[in-house]
Amino acid sequence: MSQSTDFSLAELIVTAASEAWRNNGEVLASGAGGPLTRLGASLAKMTHSPELLMTDSEAYLVEEPIPLGPRGDYKPKFSGALPFSRVFDCVWRGKRHAMTGPVQIDRWGQTNLSCIGDFRHPKIQQLGVRGLPGNTINHMNSMWVANHSTRVFVEGEVDMVGGVGYNKKRWPAHVKQDYVDLRLIVTNLSVLDFEGPDHAIQVRSLHPGVTFEEVQAATGFPLLKSASIKETAHPTEEQLGIIRRLDPHNIRAAMLKDNPPGIRAA
Amino acid sequence: MNKQMTAGDVVAQLKSGMTIGIGGWGPRRKPMALVREIIRSDLKDLTIVAYGGPEIGMLWAAGKMKKVIYGFVSLDAIPQEPYYRKARQAGAIDVVELDEGMLTWGLRAAGMRLPFLPTRVGLGTDVMTYNPDFKTITSPYADGEVLLAMPALNLDVALIHVNRSDKLGNTQIDGPDPYFDDQFARAAEKCYVSTEELVDRMDLAHPDTAKQNLFERYLVTGVVHAPFGAHPTSFPPDYGWDMDHLKKYAASAAEEDGWAKYVAEYIAGGEDAYLEKAGGAERVKNLKLPVF
Repeated sequence: MSQSTDFSLAELIVTAASEAWRNNGEVLASGAGGPLTRLGASLAKMTHSPELLMTDSEAYLVEEPIPLGPRGDYKPKFSGALPFSRVFDCVWRGKRHAMTGPVQIDRWGQTNLSCIGDFRHPKIQQLGVRGLPGNTINHMNSMWVANHSTRVFVEGEVDMVGGVGYNKKRWPAHVKQDYVDLRLIVTNLSVLDFEGPDHAIQVRSLHPGVTFEEVQAATGFPLLKSASIKETAHPTEEQLGIIRRLDPHNIRAAMLKDNPPGIRAA
Repeated sequence: MNKQMTAGDVVAQLKSGMTIGIGGWGPRRKPMALVREIIRSDLKDLTIVAYGGPEIGMLWAAGKMKKVIYGFVSLDAIPQEPYYRKARQAGAIDVVELDEGMLTWGLRAAGMRLPFLPTRVGLGTDVMTYNPDFKTITSPYADGEVLLAMPALNLDVALIHVNRSDKLGNTQIDGPDPYFDDQFARAAEKCYVSTEELVDRMDLAHPDTAKQNLFERYLVTGVVHAPFGAHPTSFPPDYGWDMDHLKKYAASAAEEDGWAKYVAEYIAGGEDAYLEKAGGAERVKNLKLPVF
């Protein structure tokens, strides 16, 4: 497979995100953090992990991931039904891997989608906890961060813990933690994982031209460096071709400010 | 056996302080004609339970709501419901924020007349911190696991908008996702449905789509004929959400007297005038379904 040097940061991120769903088995892949995460899940299914289940983002299962945006003549072909009530059935059974876009993440992997500031009188109201409590205590989860910064990766706990993580203080005795399974955090700078000691967050790969120091400076808590830290894999020509087919309106180009190139100008 | 009534009859049966569940999901298939009739009424201090969309912001702006129990409040393409955000940031509303699955679990408990249902969902999160009345329970079996006892969300009333109903209260929902409307109906003492199409007898008019019937007519107290009654929310497969209207509504939240102007323009004149103001039946009928 030939590596391309002409790709955008968004395309690098889609490719990195798709890795979250590798070797997950037959689970529902939910790119629930916007277009790049949905493209990541779709790319995973169309390349290394065809066994994944996926929806039309509404209520039906599909075997062919559906392109983003207006569909023109494309008619989705449904293989089954998955209304919200059955999504919860998947969640509670643990048969799902969701990638969400929380507004805050802390060193324990706890996530917030609810509000900034005091929950009782928030400075900025966000969406609400949505499905984070259920997702995180039941199945695999990854996260997407468009703006890797100390505002997202906060120093202490997130302002409102919606998604659970590995903070021991948060777990009462005899509450089952066995199904908590945090995987990757894909950001505009790097890919992080939870494979440090006691699930500590570590830098797994750096996007081309990004340094560890830069990622650390943009993070409100100390990061570990993976023993196998490397540059984030570039998309191949095959992957880029699939991404273009899945995103014919180039929605991905509007997902990051100024649509930066995948390889930073020196 | 004829349960047909007007939206005014429904609202006349509601009382201030009631707990009212509202079907649909975000800006999708909301019983907006009934919501608007509540806005025209003297009701107040309502507790609303919903997967929240524009009805939450509107009922708050209209001074009808003292408390809201929800998993989220959003207009999808407009992620933040504007009036709800305003209410929250002013600290002006009592909220119970739940995981989406906890909400359905609470409705199910109510529908089965149970005090609670056990779940892991919510444990370890601040949903427990901000709902200090939620208790845990220890499994009586060998595993000894500690679980959340999600309390029943008992509703006085549920309001639901359906594709068609007969006068007996047999309903059908055609959209690809029925959301949790059946559970709202089951959790309530009384359920009122508004319907796009009203027939005398479902078995005579639409026997071939009986599988679209999701809850029994004994749950239904009243049926209101309300064509385009979900506008400005989406109503698959018949019409899409009216994003132009929702944008205008959202913008009103930032304007001086914005809500009063919205009410005067759209709501005060009744439903016939509303439909005209919304561009008329032809326009609403042709609103494109959203692509997700």
